[in-house]
Amino acid sequence: MWPRLVKRQIPSRLMVYLSPVFALLLSLLAGVVLFIIMRVSPLAALHAFFIEPLSSIYGLAELGVKATPLILIGVALSLGFKAGVWNIGAEGQLTIGGLCGGMVALYFYDQEGFYIIPLMLLAGVLGGIVWAAIVAFLRVRFNANEILTSLMLSYVAGLLLNVLMHGPLRDPDGFNFPESRQFSDSALLPTLFDGTRLHIGFLIALLVVALGWIILSKTLMGYQIKVAGSAPAAAEHAGFSTSKIVWTTLLLGGGIAGLAGTIEVAGPIGQLLPNISPGYGFTAIIVAYVGRLHPLGALFAGLLLALTYLGGETAQIQLNLPVAVTGVFQGLLLFFLLASDVLIHYRIRFGKPELAVEKS
Amino acid sequence: MTKAFPGVLANDSIDLKIRPGEIHALLGENGAGKSTLVKMIYGILKPDAGTILFNGRQVEIESPARARELGIAMVFQHFSLFDSLSVVENISLGMNKVVDLQKLANEITEVSKRYGLPLDPKRHVYTLSVGERQRIEIVRCLLQEPRLLVMDEPTSVLTPQEVKKLFLTLNRLAEEGLGILYISHKLDEIKELCHQATILRLGKRIGIVDVDDESTSSLANMMMGDELEKNDRHHTPVTGAIRLQVNRLNMPAKDSTSISLSNINLDVRAGEIVGIAGVAGNGQDELLKALNGERCAPEAASIIIDNQPAGKLGPNPRRRAGLASVPEKRLGHGAIPDMDLVDNAFMTGFYRMGLLAKGIINYPKTRIFAQKVITDFSVKTSGSSVPAESLSGGNLQKFIIGRELSQHPEILIVSQPTWGVDAGAAQTIHRSLRQLATQGAAILVISQDLDELMAMSDRIGAICGGRLSPLYPTAKMTVEKVGLLMAGVALEEGAADVASVS
Repeated sequence: MWPRLVKRQIPSRLMVYLSPVFALLLSLLAGVVLFIIMRVSPLAALHAFFIEPLSSIYGLAELGVKATPLILIGVALSLGFKAGVWNIGAEGQLTIGGLCGGMVALYFYDQEGFYIIPLMLLAGVLGGIVWAAIVAFLRVRFNANEILTSLMLSYVAGLLLNVLMHGPLRDPDGFNFPESRQFSDSALLPTLFDGTRLHIGFLIALLVVALGWIILSKTLMGYQIKVAGSAPAAAEHAGFSTSKIVWTTLLLGGGIAGLAGTIEVAGPIGQLLPNISPGYGFTAIIVAYVGRLHPLGALFAGLLLALTYLGGETAQIQLNLPVAVTGVFQGLLLFFLLASDVLIHYRIRFGKPELAVEKS
Repeated sequence: MTKAFPGVLANDSIDLKIRPGEIHALLGENGAGKSTLVKMIYGILKPDAGTILFNGRQVEIESPARARELGIAMVFQHFSLFDSLSVVENISLGMNKVVDLQKLANEITEVSKRYGLPLDPKRHVYTLSVGERQRIEIVRCLLQEPRLLVMDEPTSVLTPQEVKKLFLTLNRLAEEGLGILYISHKLDEIKELCHQATILRLGKRIGIVDVDDESTSSLANMMMGDELEKNDRHHTPVTGAIRLQVNRLNMPAKDSTSISLSNINLDVRAGEIVGIAGVAGNGQDELLKALNGERCAPEAASIIIDNQPAGKLGPNPRRRAGLASVPEKRLGHGAIPDMDLVDNAFMTGFYRMGLLAKGIINYPKTRIFAQKVITDFSVKTSGSSVPAESLSGGNLQKFIIGRELSQHPEILIVSQPTWGVDAGAAQTIHRSLRQLATQGAAILVISQDLDELMAMSDRIGAICGGRLSPLYPTAKMTVEKVGLLMAGVALEEGAADVASVS
C-alpha cells in the first residue's frame, strides 16, 4: 500500500527543527548518487566536501570568512521573509554596498586613519539601503512585485559595478585589468588570528544575529513583522501599517546586505573587482529557510552553506570535480528542505484508513 | 454512519431515512455533525463505518460524481459560480458532457418556470443577487433530475421574503416525489417546511420526530439538551449620551470585490445595543473597517467618538478613544492563527493594557492579561501558550470577545458575535455584551442572524448594498419588517413617527 499524507491537527514543532536535518541527510544521499554517476568515490568526495575543510585551523577560519556574509544577509532576509516581503535581490544590495564602501576606500587610498573603516561601513550600509529603497518605493507606491524588481535590480547592480570597473575605478597602474587599486591598510578589516583571513566582520555577524533575535522575540517591530507575514488582515486590525513594514524590512535587508558587501571588499578581497560575490545574496535565501527564518538558525545555516562553498573548492582541487557541484548541493538542500517541510503539517501513514466501509 | 476526525467523533452510528416526496430536516447546532453526515452522503467524505441504501440497493458513494449518477444532488451554502460568465455558461460547466448552449438555455427557462424560480439564462452572474445565485444552483441540480436533493442551510443568505419563495418551490418539488434533505438549525423554518426531522447533538442521533407533533421549543430542547436558558428580552435600557455617531459617511469600494458605503448615518448611545441586520456581502465588513479605523474615512467629521471627530484616526488612536471591535472572521483577522494566545492577547490589548514600554513587549504582563481573559471568559484551552488555530470556533470567539471586554471599552462594535458558536458559548457572549451595555458602553452588533438581533438589540436597522436603513426600536419591529429593510425597501407608514421617537 502506498503511503498517504494525513493532515496534522496542529503543526508539529518537532518537525520544524527536524526538517532541516532530514533535508541535509537526503542531500548527502543524493550527493552520493551524484558522485557515483560522475565515477568518483563517494567517500572520497564527501570527505573532500565536508570533512577536509574542517580539519585545520586555517579551514575553520575560512569557514568563518565565507559564513560572514551568508549569516549577515540570512538574518536580514529572515526578518523580511517572516513579514512576507520577498526581497530576493540581496545580491544586488550587497554589490552596491560593496561598491560604495570600496569607493570610500579608493578615495582615501593614500591615507591612513582609524576613521576610514567606519566611513566605508557606513557608505556600504547606505548604498544597500538606497538600492533596496527603490524596491520598497515601487512596492508601496505602485504595488510592484518586489520579487521581480529586487531580482532585476540585482542584474543592474552587477552591470553598474562592471561598467565602473572597466572605467573610472580601474587601477591606473593595473595594466588595463578591470581591477581597482589595492586598498590601503587602513581600509582593510583587522584579522582576529594571525595566519588566517578571519576578520572582525565575523564578530559583526554574531552581533547582528543577537540583535535580530532580540528584535524578533522582544520588540513591537518584530511582533509586527511576524503578524504581517502570518495574517495580514490581523495586522491591519491591530493597526500596523503594511507599508511601514515593507519599508522597514526592505531597508533593513538592504542595509545589512550592503554592510556584508563592504565587509567582503574590506575583508578577504581587499580591492574592488568586477565580481565581488559568488552569489552570497542568493545563497542567503537558502540560509534563511534552512535556518527556519530565525536569526540563530541563520547562524548555523550560514556555517553549513559556507561549508558547501569551501567543500566545492576542495573537491575541485582534489578530485577535479566541476565547481558547479557547489551550486548543485545548495540547490538540493533547498529542494529537500521544502519537501521535508510537508511533514510539519502532515504525517505519513501507511496502509488503508483504519476503518474501511463495511462490506455486507 | 460513523466518521471520526482527529480528536473528535463527528458522527457516531447515525441512522437517517428519507422517503420520496418527504422534506426531511436534519437539525442540530453548529458542530453537531450535520455537515459531516451529508458530506458522506454526497461522496465528499468517506465513512469509517456504515452503509448507505439508495432505493433499497446498497451503494458505495466514493465521489460526488457517483452521487450525481445515482440521483443525489446538493446545493451548498457557498456557491461555486463564475461571476464573469452567464447563467447558462455556469450551468454547462457543471455538466459531465458537452451541451448545446441554446438547448440548455431553453431547458433552464422551462425548469425555472415550472418551479417558480425566475432566472434569465443569459444574465451574467455578477449582476445577480444572492437569492438569484442560489436559484442557479437549484436549477443546476434539478436539470440532473435528481431523486434526492440535499440543501445545506439554504436560507442563511436569503431575506425572509426570498425564503418564502424558496419554500414554495421546495414544496412543489416534494409533491412531485422528490426527497429533500433540509439541513438547518432554524426551528421556525423546519416547523413550517419539513415533515420529519432527525436531530443530532454532538455527533449522536438524539431522535427522529414528526415535525407536526412537536413545538419549536420541544425541538429546541432536543437540539440543545439542557443548555438552553430563556433570554429576558425587550426591557427598556437606560440610555445616556451619544457615544458613537456617524454622519453621511461615504467610502468608495477598495476593489471590485468589495462594497462601497454610501451615506451612512447612525448613532449609538451609552447603555444601548444597536443591531444591524443584513444579508452577507452587503457592506458589513466595510462598515466594521470604517468604524474601527482599519480604513480611514475621507472626512474626519463623518465619524464622531464622544464628540470628537475620529474619521481620520487609525485603529490604535480609536482604541485609545475607547472604541474596540470584533471582526466577523476570527482566524486571520480577529486573531493570528499560528501565534499563541499570549501574542494574540497582545494584538489589540497592548495599547490600553500598557503591555509595551519603549518598543519592548512586556511578556510577563501580557501573559497575565491572556490568562485573565481565559479564566474570566472560561475559554477551554490547555493554557495560554497554544496557537489560536487549535481552539474551537466558540472558544476562540470567547477569547476574542473577552480580550476586548477586558479592556473595558466605551464603544464596542461586534460583527457576527455568535456565528458558528455553540449555544452555551453564545449565551455567555450575549450575557457579557448586555452586561457591558448596562455598565454604560455603547454597543453595535452587526449580524446576519436576525433572531439574534431581534432578541438582543434595543434598536435595529439593516444594511443593503452599502446603504444603511434608519434605526427603529426593536420592540416596534417584526421579522417581516426587518426583512424588507434587508432587501433595501424603505418602511413607508409610521416611519416618520418611529424616527422621531429614536
